[in-house]
Amino acid sequence: MTEIPEHLLKRAQAAREKAAAEAPAEAASAAPAASEAAADPRIPAHLLERSKSAKARAEGASADGGGGVAVQEKVASVVQAAPAGGGVPVGAGPGGNTQRLLTVVKSGSIQEVKATPVDKVHTWPHLLAAEFVAALVCLAFTFVFSVFVNAPLLQLANNNQTPNPSKAPWYFLGLQELLTMFHPMVAGVTIPGVGMIVLILAPYIDKNPSNKPEDRKFAISLMTVHLMFWAVLVMIGSFFRGPGFNFTLPWRDGLFFEL
Amino acid sequence: MAKIIDESPRPTAKDRVNKLVSDTQGSQAWNSIFRPGSIFRKGYTDSPRNRSYVVMNSVLYHLHPVKVKRHAVKVSYTLCLGGLSFFLFILLTVTGIFLMFFYRPEATQAWNDISNLQTSVTFGLLVRNMHRWGAHLMVLSVFLHMARVFYHGAYKAPREFNWVIGIVLLMLTLLLSFTGYLLPWDQLALWAVAVGTNMMGYTPVFGSEVRFVLLGGKEIGAETLLRWYVLHVLMLPFVIVIFMAIHFWRVRKDGGISGPL
Repeated sequence: MTEIPEHLLKRAQAAREKAAAEAPAEAASAAPAASEAAADPRIPAHLLERSKSAKARAEGASADGGGGVAVQEKVASVVQAAPAGGGVPVGAGPGGNTQRLLTVVKSGSIQEVKATPVDKVHTWPHLLAAEFVAALVCLAFTFVFSVFVNAPLLQLANNNQTPNPSKAPWYFLGLQELLTMFHPMVAGVTIPGVGMIVLILAPYIDKNPSNKPEDRKFAISLMTVHLMFWAVLVMIGSFFRGPGFNFTLPWRDGLFFEL
Repeated sequence: MAKIIDESPRPTAKDRVNKLVSDTQGSQAWNSIFRPGSIFRKGYTDSPRNRSYVVMNSVLYHLHPVKVKRHAVKVSYTLCLGGLSFFLFILLTVTGIFLMFFYRPEATQAWNDISNLQTSVTFGLLVRNMHRWGAHLMVLSVFLHMARVFYHGAYKAPREFNWVIGIVLLMLTLLLSFTGYLLPWDQLALWAVAVGTNMMGYTPVFGSEVRFVLLGGKEIGAETLLRWYVLHVLMLPFVIVIFMAIHFWRVRKDGGISGPL
């Protein structure tokens, strides 16, 4: 907020007292005009007060010409007021000053100020070091896992010999699971198609601008249900389906699952 | 006749090495290779200016801005999932190129090539394992990355379109994994792909036509193997790299990483 110099505040105070002493009745009649201006939130309260007192003086009979401070639209009337102070120029202040504060314009009313600076750190080393460690850990995990676990390689492909069960890759096992319940077009096309389209449109459907979890309980619940739906289907398809794609228990009948 | 006495001591081995290093680092060739901010440059110091140069002057690092929001550095915010997906893609590219040297996409050769790769090629089995597990890991990390982005509300304006690109990348990742699944040409590959493509055939209007083009016939056969090989090693990587470039570029254009919550 703009700082008002102390001498100006003093001058305003003096003018206000003077006005209050000289024309209390007129000040009351000028009140509606002041409240009209008060609707504009960009004008500070003390300036409104000052303008009120100036108006009161201008409209009042006592045209002594020593009016303290003029405000915007009242400048003309103050200047027109007949001088009575002898050698003091027209419109001069109490001390004979010829310059006056017309208005104070706050910075926010004219230009947009980006008020909040963002706390930032250098990418190198803060982010790059973390990424490097993450990549190394990932590489180490893949490497060690690959040393101990071999990728499957079954017998040569044979179109005439269908293995039992035949399973899709794990990420499609949710769809294969749906296939046991619905018509292939519904299970293989409609349901995943609708799921994908809704997912793509999610940012255009979700109009809530907040990213705080407490403000978006519905979106989070819906997504969690959606993700769990597929996760459960994939789990069932992977571990609980045996020969003939019938339901089995992995701890009883063993696993029918190859990655 | 006055004898000129050289007061300076004989240079020690250490001095010579220091001079050699200094001369090398001061040479035109050296400075043309290492751009400002490189730790290999003469007189490198850890200053804000050099920290900025490190990012600006590296073709790989300049995917990043010079500075990032402080919360973006916290591992607990992103869990590195997007970066790890990208890293796994690079790992898969490298291991995949290795595998290409030993593989022929012909129905009579493919299985034998994989078998020979595992038994006769140095590190062949290891690299094949890494390619396979890395692929599954990438599907998983891309999926988790999507979940993370959703739960942080990071798809909201102005990042809506980048979310859409992300979904495209998820589908391309699944397609890459699925096309690679057929290539070993064993019973697992053949029948997994048979189940998957049978479902696709039920798509209305163009389903059976698309299936015919993809399989190169009514059933999976030698034609399918060649087509899926080309899709897997050339076309889909080409497409996904383009989308990844747009994805990364949009991350920065849309104001960097989202948040904090």
